[in-house]
Amino acid sequence: MTIDRRSLLAGAAASATAIAAPSLLRAQGAGAIKIGEINSYTAQPAFLKPYRQGWELALEQVNAAGGALGRKIETLFRDDGGKPEDAVRHAGDLINAEKVDLLSGGFLSNVGLAIADFAAQNKRLYVASEPLSDALVWAKGNRYTFRLRPSTYMQAAMLVEEAAKLPAKKWATVAPNYEYGQSAVRWFKELLKKAKPDVEFVAEQFPALGRIDAGATVQAIEASKPDAIFNVTFGADLSNFVRQGNTRGLFEGRAVASMLTGEPEYMDPLGAETPVGWIVTGYPHADIKTPEHTKFRDAYVKKFNDYPRLGSVVGFDTMNSIAAALAKAGTTDNEKLVDAMKGLKFPSAFGTAEYRAVDHQSTLGAYVGKTAVKDGKGVMVDWSYRDGAKYLPSDEVVKTLRPAG
Amino acid sequence: MFDLILTQTLNGLASASSLFLVASGLSIIFGVTRIVNFAHGSLYMLGAYIAWTLVGRFGPADALGFWGGVVLAALLVGLIGVAIELLILRRIYQAPELFQLLATFGVVLMLQDLTLASWGAEDKLGPRAPGFKSFLIIAGNRFPTYELFLIAVGPIVLLLLWFLFQKTRWGTLVRAATQDREMVGALGVNQRLLFTSVFAFGSVLAGLGGALQLPREAVNLHMDLSMISEAFVVVVVGGLGSVTGAYLAAVLIGILHAFGILIFPKITLVLVFLVMAVVLVVKPYGLMGRAPVGQARGHGPAEPLLLPADGLTRLAGAIGLVLLALAPLVAPDHILLTLTELVIFALFAASLHFMMGPGGMASFGHAAYFGLGAYGAALAVRWLGAPMEPALLFAPFLAGLAGVVFGWFCVRLSGVYLAMLTLAFAQIAWATAFQWVELTGGDNGILGVWPSAWAVPKTSYYYLTLMICTLSVLALRYSIFSPLGYALRAARDNPLRAEAIGIDVMRVQWIAFIVAAFAAGIAGALFAFFKGSVFPTYMAIPRSVDALLMVLLGGVQTVSGPIVGAFAFAGLHEQLMKATMYWRFGLGLSIVLLVILFPRGLVGASLMGLERWRRRRRPAPGLAVEAAR
Repeated sequence: MTIDRRSLLAGAAASATAIAAPSLLRAQGAGAIKIGEINSYTAQPAFLKPYRQGWELALEQVNAAGGALGRKIETLFRDDGGKPEDAVRHAGDLINAEKVDLLSGGFLSNVGLAIADFAAQNKRLYVASEPLSDALVWAKGNRYTFRLRPSTYMQAAMLVEEAAKLPAKKWATVAPNYEYGQSAVRWFKELLKKAKPDVEFVAEQFPALGRIDAGATVQAIEASKPDAIFNVTFGADLSNFVRQGNTRGLFEGRAVASMLTGEPEYMDPLGAETPVGWIVTGYPHADIKTPEHTKFRDAYVKKFNDYPRLGSVVGFDTMNSIAAALAKAGTTDNEKLVDAMKGLKFPSAFGTAEYRAVDHQSTLGAYVGKTAVKDGKGVMVDWSYRDGAKYLPSDEVVKTLRPAG
Repeated sequence: MFDLILTQTLNGLASASSLFLVASGLSIIFGVTRIVNFAHGSLYMLGAYIAWTLVGRFGPADALGFWGGVVLAALLVGLIGVAIELLILRRIYQAPELFQLLATFGVVLMLQDLTLASWGAEDKLGPRAPGFKSFLIIAGNRFPTYELFLIAVGPIVLLLLWFLFQKTRWGTLVRAATQDREMVGALGVNQRLLFTSVFAFGSVLAGLGGALQLPREAVNLHMDLSMISEAFVVVVVGGLGSVTGAYLAAVLIGILHAFGILIFPKITLVLVFLVMAVVLVVKPYGLMGRAPVGQARGHGPAEPLLLPADGLTRLAGAIGLVLLALAPLVAPDHILLTLTELVIFALFAASLHFMMGPGGMASFGHAAYFGLGAYGAALAVRWLGAPMEPALLFAPFLAGLAGVVFGWFCVRLSGVYLAMLTLAFAQIAWATAFQWVELTGGDNGILGVWPSAWAVPKTSYYYLTLMICTLSVLALRYSIFSPLGYALRAARDNPLRAEAIGIDVMRVQWIAFIVAAFAAGIAGALFAFFKGSVFPTYMAIPRSVDALLMVLLGGVQTVSGPIVGAFAFAGLHEQLMKATMYWRFGLGLSIVLLVILFPRGLVGASLMGLERWRRRRRPAPGLAVEAAR
């Protein structure tokens, strides 16, 4: 063995640490637990501003109740600007320079996957809050990554359940041209065909994300004369699609099943233009009367003087689930934390949910209902909560989908 | 069938109109001031936001309130344009070509944060236009009347522009300045006023384009960048400076789009760039553009002679290198990570500089080769099971191969046309990586591209990167002063004379293009193993822009500029991103300030300072003679 400068320095540092250990341990015990939270704050502000507020609300509540392990929790927010490579840089910096105890966040799927791979390489817990990609917990799943939100598969499965009840036989689909849109369409087709073998898909449109040519897209769908439409567009694409579709009568006499459209982030901009009778997944924030949610909403409104969006719920729940994991593990040691996360039950604004041991997906659900217009605003009616646990494949199937085990 | 063809044609014409408004403004500004105005998309976005606010205030139901709001919004955007011109651009007209692009990009970044702060994050769906709320039945399909109105707007504006340019004195001056602005100045026309008015006029058109989208599209924070690339395409496909060409190009793209999605629903991602590539290959100056007559007159000062490094520069370079080599002794891990990234970017910037500085071929799509290098490495790992070492060797060849193919087409063009063709190829490469999910994993990328065990420690990988990048940069530098480099500079400065003395200009440029692509591929491969994963964003437009910014910031006319520029830009970017959520404003402001303070780039400015200092100490013989007279 050669002794080079580095190992010499490391040795010296180690012995210095050993001497100083008792005081150092005490110091660490008193210091805050640090969470490195990476998200596309500037690229996706409509979702992530409420997200950050929800997070801060939960953080305040947890710290007011004494924090975790007798220590306060501190969050370092970093903006990845929507680029996976920048997210990886932040992750490295947070772990090496800021010495955070664990990582969280991620909005876009590819950002989530990049952080997840980094987390596995560096053996750090990563709590993915928002990325919807199925690959995150299945095909590319790893020991250190857990995901809070209902995945693309789960949301598609919830809509298929309703879509299968419709008499419609001929379906058309419209989805943004990237992984989320493609997977949503793929699952929807597969699951609907299984539930109702006689359906056929007569047209599919894949406009580039954020650049839909709404008039032409509406006309192309109209030309295929479908009975029903499955929509995955959101944000500005959705608004443009809806406006052109309304004027051109695309939705008249046709059922529409639509991913995420009931979320306030995407429904509120539509205002009086909100189409009526679409089957959507979403978040009817004003009408949920469960005690957990009322408590959450009241505290949120009080702190920010604004109603919560779905992003607020995701931020709030992510933070709370991390606090629950810390309490269960009794340590910030990442291996023990990961073990604690498996099967962890945590309180969410939608009731208790659990990170499944089998694939690290949480069972947080979503609300499915129909759109309506009330006082010039879009709302959800006839909604019910769908527990995420019921919309996942059986454990045997999941194991085949998840090579990491 | 007939009804579908008719409706899709009308749809194409409707979306062509707003594209034309923005593109014509861009084209006029470029024609006169030679500024590639990146901020034009931001002006379009501001037009939409301001119109949303004004129309909301004046009352959207009232015809006067609506149309008054739209027109006023366009005029206000014109005022913003004037402010940008007076405060920033006016100070840097004398800077080297393309340098102003840097300033306008700074403005883009600042406006993004200002818009977010002023209007909030939520999309705004505007009211419908009074009088155009409903639809007509055309060939059995409902067609919105507002779209019919937009279809009419395009030709009307085209006609007005034609009248303005042919029949008014101002228009004549603008046309004259487009041909030869020095001559117009020499003939006693107030150039400052002309430039400001042209910039204001172009801004009004962009603002109007945005405001007219109000009843049609949700106003959102991504409008700026999604519009600017398409507007550039339209300007170039139409032919620079040709307003009629811009209209034709907008219609061509609009209609192809409307029909394209019927046959290839996924084509929207790349269609405009495919069209541009085909048009530029067939008609190198766009549909209506004309080849510049004779040697285009340069504006900035002549390119200074590139000289091999003198003692002082060598010393500075050596000190820099020694500092980088010794860094791991003192720097903690996270600084090493930053340094690794900066060193990779330095090579990336140097590779772009090689074709842009000595080669005179600016590229708007250099990220393609960086990305292909990264994908080359990742694909070798994923599909061939190759370890890091052979993957690193293989990767640059993929980038170089793309350089061979793309370069062959590109070197047949020059100037902005060449730059836009590189952009088109980069977008095609990007779309391939994005769409070919089976091979590349689509936008979810390829994960698990980690280095071999010996290179996993941060220090080892840093030294590996430093060694490869230093050697590559030195090789590039060496080629600049080799016969190839001299031939390249001859070809840049005067292609005709270069041909006359027996230099095969196109071939020399082609070789330079391939070398630059190869070097960028090396940087990309190192980046892939550094990050552990590869995504299509590696070859997306923002990364090409980053490379351009690094080269321009350092100084395109110097050899070491790109390296300094890479460290300055990427370092600033990283620190600001870490420090504040408003990093875009901070970065934009820093860029604008740097541009105004150092109009020749950081290294260019310091070299000039050094030169002055030397002269003062020891008057040059030439000056002494002058003084003696």
